[in-house]
Amino acid sequence: MRAWYFSESAYPDAWDKDPVSLRITLPSSHIDRDKAADILNRHLDEWAMCDDLGLDIMLNEHHSTATCLTSSCTLPLAILARETKKSRLLVLGIPIANRSDPVRVAEEMSYIDLISRGRVEMGFVKGIPYEIAAANSQPVRMMDRFWEAHDLILKAMSTRDGPFNWEGRYFHYRQVNTWPRPYQEPHPKVWITSGSPATGVEVAQRQHRVATVLSALNAKNLYHAYRMETARMGLPDPGPDRFGYLALVGVGDTQAEGETFVKKVKGYLETTGIVAEPFTNPPGYASVGANAAALKRGHTGGVGAHFQVTMRNGRQINQATASVAELVDAGVCFAGTPDQVVAQIKSFNEYVGGCGNLLVMLQGGTLDHKDTVKNMQLFSREVLPRVQNLVVPVTRDVDEIENVRQKALETGLAAAK
Amino acid sequence: MSSAAIASVLKQRRTIAGVATDVIEIGQGPPLLFLHGGEGPVTPNDRYLHELAKTHRVIAPWHPGFGNAELPADFRDVGDLAYFYLELAEHYDLKDAVLCGASFGGWIAAEIAIRNTQRFSRLVLIDALGIKVSGRETRDIADIFAMPAADLLQASYLRPEIAARDTTKLSDDELAAIVRSREALCYFGWQPFMHNPQLKRWLGRVRIPTLVLWGDQDRIAKPDYGRAYAAAIKGARFALIKDAGHSAHIEQPAAVARAIAGFVGPRV
Repeated sequence: MRAWYFSESAYPDAWDKDPVSLRITLPSSHIDRDKAADILNRHLDEWAMCDDLGLDIMLNEHHSTATCLTSSCTLPLAILARETKKSRLLVLGIPIANRSDPVRVAEEMSYIDLISRGRVEMGFVKGIPYEIAAANSQPVRMMDRFWEAHDLILKAMSTRDGPFNWEGRYFHYRQVNTWPRPYQEPHPKVWITSGSPATGVEVAQRQHRVATVLSALNAKNLYHAYRMETARMGLPDPGPDRFGYLALVGVGDTQAEGETFVKKVKGYLETTGIVAEPFTNPPGYASVGANAAALKRGHTGGVGAHFQVTMRNGRQINQATASVAELVDAGVCFAGTPDQVVAQIKSFNEYVGGCGNLLVMLQGGTLDHKDTVKNMQLFSREVLPRVQNLVVPVTRDVDEIENVRQKALETGLAAAK
Repeated sequence: MSSAAIASVLKQRRTIAGVATDVIEIGQGPPLLFLHGGEGPVTPNDRYLHELAKTHRVIAPWHPGFGNAELPADFRDVGDLAYFYLELAEHYDLKDAVLCGASFGGWIAAEIAIRNTQRFSRLVLIDALGIKVSGRETRDIADIFAMPAADLLQASYLRPEIAARDTTKLSDDELAAIVRSREALCYFGWQPFMHNPQLKRWLGRVRIPTLVLWGDQDRIAKPDYGRAYAAAIKGARFALIKDAGHSAHIEQPAAVARAIAGFVGPRV
């Protein structure tokens, strides 16, 4: 298991400025520029520490929001490519359905991959619904645009014999010829986030890495769908390295200290959903069926249950208000002493059928620099070495998946004959 | 009194130019093609159709992608809807028809009228969208996708209660139709927002008599926007409908029908 350090780079001083929306509409007059400069520099310092701590790095972006000051994940990626020498550098990710110029994405990723000598891992994300208004991107059929951007970026990064033509549904170029080429061949590894088994299947069809967040149950279902689709394709079991999972993490000298850390990190959960109603559910972002079901419930805002999470016993809890113990059970966080966190991660790993990449949110909310460093140090020194080489659990679905793979292989052989 | 009170409404699924859509037909007389705004021709009610049917054979389709029909995979913009309706006009063999559109449907009607008016003798635009009038930092059309549902209802009608509904009581089909219409409206109107930057440039091509009707309390697109619309069409008449919001035909069905009948004039 690898561990990727992550912070949302929030601006907590503005969290009490508007109870209705911390995104899209909150005026930037609420930013003190010196404070913002301190925050951004402080988080870059913390990411840079990962090199010595044996942690990898994960970066993300959001727009027009006090919950995240990183407005382009490419920017800290470029800085950290120079400031670090060992950590792998994951952006998770670039909202490629909201980017008007996929070729520019290919150029930037290739450039940073060279600077870092092959340490970039490229995450592509659909993005949360609130990103639509800030990007002013068309939400209807956005996943069609996402996959076209994906295809174009990868072709742009991996083509070595001069320019190619692209006249697609969404993007048009006549001379795509990416200079410089990336360091990794044919391109850096691709990650895609997914909240649903259906998207997991689409990611499996491309054999990219798949990641999900803050729900052990979702992770379990997603990884199962991915492994099943891989079997349907007659390919070998992908193994846990293909899977990523993001959780909030607090490690202290005592259980109380670990939980105090995680409660501060949890400020993220308590604020991330504060968004004015119309931005929570742009038309077409969710399916017709999901939206119709929400109307049936008399719901007018976002569909689904973004801030609800299901415990392993099936009980629904609210991410913002549940107890630490409940959140640990649901997989939203790992918290306590190093021994406790190791046990929690082992239990999670068993439950989801093996996860090779833990995206650890060791900073969030008001957790200050001193406590963040302590959290990072305890995690990397006392926890990570004990979960780095977890045995891949034998899951209940293993026979089912093997049968599917055998059938696929037999059908393939028969077709070849 | 005409027979409108007992006029029967016929709703049928039609496939025109390979595109499935639902069409309402009501009334007898010279043809009037009505292109709806919002979700469809019967939302929030169809009283205006009955009023128009007193003097016309009204053909009122759901736009492709609205209501219960799927959005065609190869439709990209409002131009596709305009061409679809030119096909529909041929399908029904319309002659000297009144082309009438409200709100988003008014935008489509204008796009049709700059392309081909062979089958139409009159154009009526009711609180129509589709053009850009003010400068780049002034929004002509309220950002309906940035309004909470309750605010949108308030902004759309002078008397919002006529459109209030309890979605928990609707059937799955009705709910899916609401969602699909919202999606399709967004698909065609997200960016540029509810207009075609080139439409105004070509409105001079509209050479049939045109009437622009506007709710005097329209808060989605204000009456001055309607005046600018009318000014861009040679000889177009502009008239306010008293005590009406963005859907003048819904809030004042009789007044709108009277205005149209007066504009079209007596016909044989």
